[in-house]
Amino acid sequence: MALLEVRDLSVVFQRKGEDPFAAVDGISFDVSPGQMVGLVGESGCGKSVTSLAIMGLLPQRGVRVGGTVEFEGKDLLRLSDRELADRRGRDLGMVFQDPLSSVNPVIPIGVQVSEVLERHEGLRRREAALRSAELLERVGIPDPGRRLKEYPHQLSGGMRQRALIAMALACKPRLLIADEPTTALDVTIQAQILSLLSELVRDTGTALIMITHDLGVVAGMCDEVNVLYGGRIVERAGRHELFAEPRHPYTAGLLASIPRLDAPRGERLTPIRGSVADNIPWAGGCAFAPRCPNAVDACVERGPEMTREGERLLRCHNPVGRPAPSEEVPAR
Amino acid sequence: MLRYTVRRLGQLMLVVLALSVLLFAWLRALPGGPVSALLGDRATPESEAALRADLGLDQPIVLQYWRFVARALSGDFGTSTGVQRGTPALDVFLQRFPATLELAVLAILIAIAVGIPLGYLAARRRGRILDNLSITWSLVGIAVPVFFLAFLLKWIFAVQLGWLPASGRQTGGIDATRVTGFYVLDGILTQEWDAALDAFVHLLLPAIALSTIPFAVIFRITRAAVLDVLDEDYVRTARSKGLAGAVIRRRHVLRNAMLPVVTTIGLQTGALLSGAVLTERVFNIPGLGQALALGFERKDFPVLQVVILASAMTYVLVNLLVDLSYAAIDPRIRTR
Repeated sequence: MALLEVRDLSVVFQRKGEDPFAAVDGISFDVSPGQMVGLVGESGCGKSVTSLAIMGLLPQRGVRVGGTVEFEGKDLLRLSDRELADRRGRDLGMVFQDPLSSVNPVIPIGVQVSEVLERHEGLRRREAALRSAELLERVGIPDPGRRLKEYPHQLSGGMRQRALIAMALACKPRLLIADEPTTALDVTIQAQILSLLSELVRDTGTALIMITHDLGVVAGMCDEVNVLYGGRIVERAGRHELFAEPRHPYTAGLLASIPRLDAPRGERLTPIRGSVADNIPWAGGCAFAPRCPNAVDACVERGPEMTREGERLLRCHNPVGRPAPSEEVPAR
Repeated sequence: MLRYTVRRLGQLMLVVLALSVLLFAWLRALPGGPVSALLGDRATPESEAALRADLGLDQPIVLQYWRFVARALSGDFGTSTGVQRGTPALDVFLQRFPATLELAVLAILIAIAVGIPLGYLAARRRGRILDNLSITWSLVGIAVPVFFLAFLLKWIFAVQLGWLPASGRQTGGIDATRVTGFYVLDGILTQEWDAALDAFVHLLLPAIALSTIPFAVIFRITRAAVLDVLDEDYVRTARSKGLAGAVIRRRHVLRNAMLPVVTTIGLQTGALLSGAVLTERVFNIPGLGQALALGFERKDFPVLQVVILASAMTYVLVNLLVDLSYAAIDPRIRTR
């Protein structure tokens, strides 16, 4: 049985005097206990909004959330604020993108870790501080006793992200959502944080939703990858299948735009042309059609339905890697 | 921290010195002057010259200033020529200082006690009735002249309703022992509760009138700061931990939102002093504001010099305290 079942999740932002905007448009996916699932896409594809919707952290006004998000059989979207707050930090943890702005600048790191323990495990201040020191040590922060008393500005970016991971994992949640956890960090630190995350997730049996625009990040750790475009899932496959044989032109484009060390010298990276601003609404066709090298007439006439090919889900009229009218097949 | 404090106190000395030069020159550039103020219509050229020599005003201004500084360093700021003729200017200041301080402290306390909670609530209920009402109220608070509001309060609550006293610092004839010159504090120290209460009741109307502008500013800044902080990523992090609403508000929102508010409170002490001139006039409180007003009317240089210099020092000192408390709230300043 799945730990988390997201069904037909939609998030519509409604501002006065503007047309409603569907940032997330009917997304469904499952996460099994201990599984690592990737949500991949470029800025504006709805991946962060999806994570905030699952956590119940979207603003209450001007936002309409539809569908269901069942966690162990309970729909999180139907819980009261209090019931949801009881679960956040205990059953669901979240690591955010920018480790500097995501920690409170005027409160010692130690307090920010132990407040989770005090809240959910009813620990006294002393016990919570001891546990916090263990947690900081566990996430690889040296001299945790001293670091507990320090303030965020006294820590490096990587250390702050480690501390945020310690906060999110303090109560051993069954699901951890990591929203671009390495984007704001140096490349060398990125690798450290990713290996720390996958190690912790493996050790604690926590399921992980990894949200990223970087296919390189999911390549290293996710069992299953969902590729999002324009608020919908356009392709889902196991990691190996997806990288070996991308079927959606968007996935193929993302892969082609990753620099590779084993590529022949002089080969240019192939960017995806255009930007999210070129999207057309799903109602009238495929949102990716204006940017798609494989686009055919059907793409601008009706939106493609989700189709199943074995374990793979695909939303495309003219996928890559099959006899197709397109002569241009992007490199893998 | 100590070095910082010492350096700031050094700056204070420089500020006072510079201000004393400007003030000294500026007062003597005013038309009229103490001689004609004292003699009025009865002045003859001879009596004017005699008085001018008597006051030392016939000397070159540099020499006058030099004498002023030399005497001031030994605590002699000259003798009042108009406000309380014959009394040392420093005594005039010391007698009146408690009345104004008492009034200003109560006014700023009211402004803080109302402004911060209301600003917080308005931010939380942004765009709803409470928010709009408070914004309107704070606009009125800024727009209505202090003296008009003071008259209005006096007319309604003292004259028409008779709930609160209309003027003075304490009811005449009350048996009160003077210790510090702060009437409320004196009453508490000597356990003369009736005297303390009486003095406090006398302070209420003027303090409310005086508090309106600081209240409006503190309210506005608090509201804006809370709105900013509510949008911060770390508040989202706090919510993602499932923390109780009270903890998020106290620990994560208010503490960060207080930084700009504390600065504002310091800056508002200047507004309090200028407001006190008018408020003390309306409620007939023998404080510094009244001394300033009288001093200008009668061109009382010694009193004006003492009062204005002391006020400037208070202002700088309060802002030093504000900066120190800023460091207490924000570790980024403390541990740099």
